Amino acid sequence: MNRRGLFALLLAVPVGLVGEEAARVVKMLPIPAGDYAPPLRAAGEPERVAVAAFLLDERPVTNAEFLAFVTTQPRWRRSQISPLFAEEAYLHHWAGDLELGPLAPGAAPVVRVSWFAARAYARWAGKRLPTTAEWELAAAAGFTRADGKNDPELARAAQVWLARPVPSILPEAASARPDFNGVRGLHGLVWEWVEDFSTAMVTGESRADSGLNRDLFCGAGAVSARDPGDYAAFMRLALRSSLTARYTTTALGFRCARDLPAHTSP
Amino acid sequence: MKTHPLLFPSIPLLALALLAGRAPAAEGPSAAQGPVILPPEVLALPVEQAVLTSPPRVPPPIARKHAARVIVHLEVREFVARLADGVDYTFWTYGGSVPGSFIRIREGDVVEFHLENHPSSKVPHNIDLHAVTGSGGGASATFTAPGHASKFTFQALNPGLYVYHCATAPVPMHIANGMYGLILVEPKAGMPPVDREFYVMQGEFYTTGRYGEEGLQAFDLAKSIDERPPYVLFNGAVGSLVGDKAVTAKVGETVRIYFGVGGPNLTSSFHVIGEIFDKVWPEGGTKFVQENVQTTMVPAGGATIVDFKVEVPGTFILVDHSLSRAFNKGALGMLKVEGPENRVIYSGKEIDAVYLGAQAAAGSEAARREAELQTRIAAEMKANPAIAGLTKEVQIEKGKQVYMGLCFACHQADGNGLPGVFPPLAKSDYMLADRERAIRTILKGMTGKVTVNGQTYDSVMPPLEAAITDAQAADVLTYVFNAWGNSGDAFTPAQVKSVRNETR
Repeated sequence: MNRRGLFALLLAVPVGLVGEEAARVVKMLPIPAGDYAPPLRAAGEPERVAVAAFLLDERPVTNAEFLAFVTTQPRWRRSQISPLFAEEAYLHHWAGDLELGPLAPGAAPVVRVSWFAARAYARWAGKRLPTTAEWELAAAAGFTRADGKNDPELARAAQVWLARPVPSILPEAASARPDFNGVRGLHGLVWEWVEDFSTAMVTGESRADSGLNRDLFCGAGAVSARDPGDYAAFMRLALRSSLTARYTTTALGFRCARDLPAHTSP
Repeated sequence: MKTHPLLFPSIPLLALALLAGRAPAAEGPSAAQGPVILPPEVLALPVEQAVLTSPPRVPPPIARKHAARVIVHLEVREFVARLADGVDYTFWTYGGSVPGSFIRIREGDVVEFHLENHPSSKVPHNIDLHAVTGSGGGASATFTAPGHASKFTFQALNPGLYVYHCATAPVPMHIANGMYGLILVEPKAGMPPVDREFYVMQGEFYTTGRYGEEGLQAFDLAKSIDERPPYVLFNGAVGSLVGDKAVTAKVGETVRIYFGVGGPNLTSSFHVIGEIFDKVWPEGGTKFVQENVQTTMVPAGGATIVDFKVEVPGTFILVDHSLSRAFNKGALGMLKVEGPENRVIYSGKEIDAVYLGAQAAAGSEAARREAELQTRIAAEMKANPAIAGLTKEVQIEKGKQVYMGLCFACHQADGNGLPGVFPPLAKSDYMLADRERAIRTILKGMTGKVTVNGQTYDSVMPPLEAAITDAQAADVLTYVFNAWGNSGDAFTPAQVKSVRNETR
């Protein structure tokens, strides 16, 4: 029995249901514990960060699910959201406050949502956003093997996705190919918010204090890079760095995570 | 949940900071510092909108003799477009072209720069203008998420021709997707006037497929890191400066090319075939240091200005003189010059004659003995009625010798020529149809398209009138009209002579 099978067994315990049932039909899959090596690292920061096992949504949150959320939570509707929590383009492609319309199929990932909104959704669903370390740990899995770094198909999928503009109508979230853990769409569907996106570039007070050039620009980023050849990781880092919590973009969605019940933690 | 303290700052604090309208330190380069307070003397400057052009066009020279506040709006867009025939690529562009819009300002100008990242963009972008004095050349000030716009202000302190490019990680990929362009900061005294100005930039494209492989091609990370591009191109596509899209000038005009290299990796050996750069501003600097240059080296992330007067008409080919790039990877453009010829400066091909290598030189002992022999044979033939009666057969035999000396290399011993290259003489409908034309072809040569037995040929037959006598021509014609299944009357030296004496 492989490690994945073992986890599936451990997970026979159902996770407690809170919030709107409709929004939580998405399967949550166990991501085995591991560690995450940030692409950029400040002096004094550990090279690798230990990540405990956790549960991750099988796929990104869909328009239909987000519609259920805003239906019961009026203050997150397009017309009612505070400008502090989302910029004007929030859910811009929806036909109305409670109407998806042709550009936002119900089964497609929801995009043009702010970090605040994504976080509110997760809380409503009884979950949370994954941390950068958790997300990257999950994304490190390949399609056919746990170690995605050595899975050429994974690199190809990321490459092909990056080579195409954002389609005006996104494909269904559940249509993406499942990876080794059964998780879909971490590569090649949409970018995804993470809880601590804003730590992507800067941790200390300033560049001078950390003694590290945190600029991602030109060659500077490569100086402190763990693997300057991991372009996909750099692009995620660059994207997270370009955001503030109220931003929304056409290719940025999210999925939820949850801690494993204590007794099932390895 | 276990979290690392450094990776997981206090979210309430972060939210508070945002609510207060002040971006926290953790926001990194997205943090906006607010509008710059410009001093009264800058605010007093006239305001103008920059004229932006897509390649190969260049905005008009700056006529004003004072500084201005120049407003530049540059939009970043990601879209699929043609890289070569049948080959598409997702370009990332400034202003919708590769290279991006040409920006022209004047030394001392204060530039209000807006970078707009279209909402459909997949990734954030920024701009590092080498003309900017300041951290990152504007890169951190313009780091912009999809669907957002950034603004920053700079003063153009140094004149010169500068590259701009995207400097968002991973930078080589952003540049390899087309994110570069040129900004010219004219010196206060202006640039010397010329008749034509063009904008050309070189850059590599790292496609997963080999050169010419059809379909939408993805960026190939491994080829990029190894610096092995299938494409090295001028102005972002194979053939972007070729044929109908060639740049043009007239004889007597002075042409200026603002030439830059986006890279991301390769240096260009920029050369225009058939021209000499009268002036080069090496590396895009403003101190004129070089005249009469054949090939100028332009570094990745660098530029050069070249001026040259076009004295004669013709098509002048722009290349990276690292020629595999021009021949196999697309680094090729054209300047078409129209106007009257000047054959003293350039005559064109004056003579195309057969060169036979080491043959008996005229006046040598061997030549003298050969001539003596020919005379004796001629006398013998004339005196002997039996031989004289076999004129046609003799002509065929002698003609075969001529043929094997002058003709067989192209038309082959079996008279079948080389398919597609040299037309056949055996059963040649073209040749057999017109005897006089056959004589003319041997004497005067032939160029251009000709259809023989249904196949089109387009090569050169050299004129042989200087190489053979009338008798030799009559002999070889008789031979080819009677060999390989052909049949026809003998040719006489008199027939050849009359064609030879035709005035052109």
